[in-house]
Amino acid sequence: MVPLAYYLVLSGILFACGVTGFLIKRNIISIFLSIELMLNGVNLSFVAFAAQWKAFSGQVFVFFVMVVAAAEAAVGLAIIISVYRTRETLNVDRVNLLKL
Amino acid sequence: MTPNLHLWLIPALPLIGGAINGLWGRRFSRQAVSAVALTFCGAAFALALWVAFQFPSLFTPYEETLASWIHAGSFRADFAFYLDQLSLIMLLVVTGVGFLIHIYSVGYMAEEGGVYRFFSYLNLFMFFMLMLVLGSNYLVMFIGWEGVGLASYLLIGFWFTKDSAASAGKKAFIVNRVGDFGFLIALFLLIKHFGSLNFHHLFSHIMPMSPETQGTGLLTSIALLLMVGACGKSAQIPLYVWLPDAMEGPTPVSALIHAATMVTAGVYMVARSHVIFDRAPAALTVVAIIGTLTALFAATIGIAQTDIKKVLAYSTISQLGYMFMACGVAAYSAGILHLMTHAFFKGLLFLAAGSVIHAIGGEQDMRKMGGLRTKIPWTFWTMTAATLAISGIPPFAGFFSKDEILWQAYSSTHGSWVYWLIGIITALITSFYMFRLWFLTFFGEYRGELSGHEGHTPAVAQASHGHSGIHESPKVMLAPLVVLAVLSVIGGWISYHNTFENFLAPVFRSGVTAATPFEASQATASTQPHAEADATESLLMGISVVAGLTGFLLAWLLYHRRPELPEKIAHALDGFYEAVLNKYYVDELYAILFVKPVVNGSTKLLWHGIDQNVIDATVDNSAEGAREISDIVRHMQSGNLRSYAGWVAAGAAAVIVYMVWIGIR
Repeated sequence: MVPLAYYLVLSGILFACGVTGFLIKRNIISIFLSIELMLNGVNLSFVAFAAQWKAFSGQVFVFFVMVVAAAEAAVGLAIIISVYRTRETLNVDRVNLLKL
Repeated sequence: MTPNLHLWLIPALPLIGGAINGLWGRRFSRQAVSAVALTFCGAAFALALWVAFQFPSLFTPYEETLASWIHAGSFRADFAFYLDQLSLIMLLVVTGVGFLIHIYSVGYMAEEGGVYRFFSYLNLFMFFMLMLVLGSNYLVMFIGWEGVGLASYLLIGFWFTKDSAASAGKKAFIVNRVGDFGFLIALFLLIKHFGSLNFHHLFSHIMPMSPETQGTGLLTSIALLLMVGACGKSAQIPLYVWLPDAMEGPTPVSALIHAATMVTAGVYMVARSHVIFDRAPAALTVVAIIGTLTALFAATIGIAQTDIKKVLAYSTISQLGYMFMACGVAAYSAGILHLMTHAFFKGLLFLAAGSVIHAIGGEQDMRKMGGLRTKIPWTFWTMTAATLAISGIPPFAGFFSKDEILWQAYSSTHGSWVYWLIGIITALITSFYMFRLWFLTFFGEYRGELSGHEGHTPAVAQASHGHSGIHESPKVMLAPLVVLAVLSVIGGWISYHNTFENFLAPVFRSGVTAATPFEASQATASTQPHAEADATESLLMGISVVAGLTGFLLAWLLYHRRPELPEKIAHALDGFYEAVLNKYYVDELYAILFVKPVVNGSTKLLWHGIDQNVIDATVDNSAEGAREISDIVRHMQSGNLRSYAGWVAAGAAAVIVYMVWIGIR
């Protein structure tokens, strides 16, 4: 059996990668992927704890997070397409006006 | 069962008239405005006459409560009216003379602009003046007191485009505030110590108190503070300076407010508060001294004035001094009698002076008048009656009232021969300057330019009576002159056989009872040798008549027979003449003592010091500080999405570090 700490370290690494990517990337799609990475890092820690303590609520949480992430992906991608159509760029630094 | 007199209607009627003219008068024709003003004022007069006819069957003092006003704890003040012999006389004088002057104004203001404004203010004045004389407590009186001040301010500044008129209005208002301050403190003292301002309640509480002969006390302070108020309103030393300037107003205003009615409010108030004054001999002495000094002081200034209205203004101050002299020797009925006769003859003098000014096209300088006797005979004869009356020539009205005051000043228990002597000297000077005015105006050669009035600056609004040549005033102006002239002749006769004094006796009687045994014995001692007293009275009467005639002769000599003499005398008395001509430099003195310090203090300390350096600086510096801090902090809000995310991450990291630190501690 893989010890809990391994899962948690991997989860931390995934989350840190997500944060770093979010901070340094300029492309909206890359930022989006970084967010997914952070979510999945958190998911991993949830299921690890759930397995460790034999509690199902952690697993249920993960389903919730996945559902929300899916919804977010649908809306987010739609927004990205819309932004690209009007601005012809995916660089967030150039999407700094509220007016589309 | 006393009938309901509906006294409230008397002040309410002019208020309605004033409101109608004030709100809609602009759209009315000139005739309509005059008709409204005259109707409501005349109705008030008619009602006052009706009340006077009801009066003998009344149980006095008659009180009528209209509405409750202030009711706080045990203190209460109502909108209530009070009618006794004193307020009845004031009521008749105010409505009667007021109505006559309203009529006169229709003619006088016939060519002025803004006549609806004028009549609206005039009616408003009547309202407040009637509140003042009819109020049944000091608070209602105070409404009237302040209100007449307001009306006076509005009317002095009636030609508000003229700078001097506007500042004269302000001067009158501000000087009056000084007096009102004293009046208010007196009212506070009354509330604190007697818990009421109602005349009936107050006086019945004060009545059993004994006079404060030893030192001074509460009643003396109250009386002195009331006198401060009276000094302001009635233009006594040291607060008289506003009245001469108030002549900037239209002449009917000078006649009504600044001669006949408003300025006598102080005398009325002192007489009304006689119960307090009777028990404060020290205050009475102060009143008498102020009155006597004012009478003499103002009369001497009157000698050298050349503006016809200024002479009359100083004469008014001087006559008011007589009234206070009478009040100061506890001869209130003599003061009120003089108040009434003065309202007749001084009102008439002002109206006649207005008629003269009207006749020669707005000129007020007596040096440019002369020889008007035949040109404007009606004005001449009415003014002659008034001049004789004020000079104390029998049997004109002023003789009776002035003689009564002088006799009381000499013989009263509070009196002294000093008051009498100064009074006689003042009477002589009064007669002199009045006949000087009379000779300068009506005799000799006409000294003005005939077409001069065309060339006057249009800014001088009184100059806009532009007709050609000297002309008698219209009948609407002459009628009030004639009525007042008749009253100036016969008005004093009601004091024959002490009728007037006996009529007022119920009002003033109450004070006498509390005389100390010493004073009482003195009083009986002075009444015992009746024959001797009568002889003295006749002698004094003779002296005052002689004084009046001497004044006439002097004026005749100097201004008619030998017109070059005044110049020489003025040269001989160089410094003194200069001082008198410049009104003893009182205005300049006040400017140095009070106005300059206030203006400088306000400018340097309050404006530059407190306003700019403290208040403005606080606001400015806090704004500046906020901006400087923002300059630093605003870099956080860059608008860059990733920098925000960075802050969030840094914050989260800080929280984690903190938790870990707690964990390992």
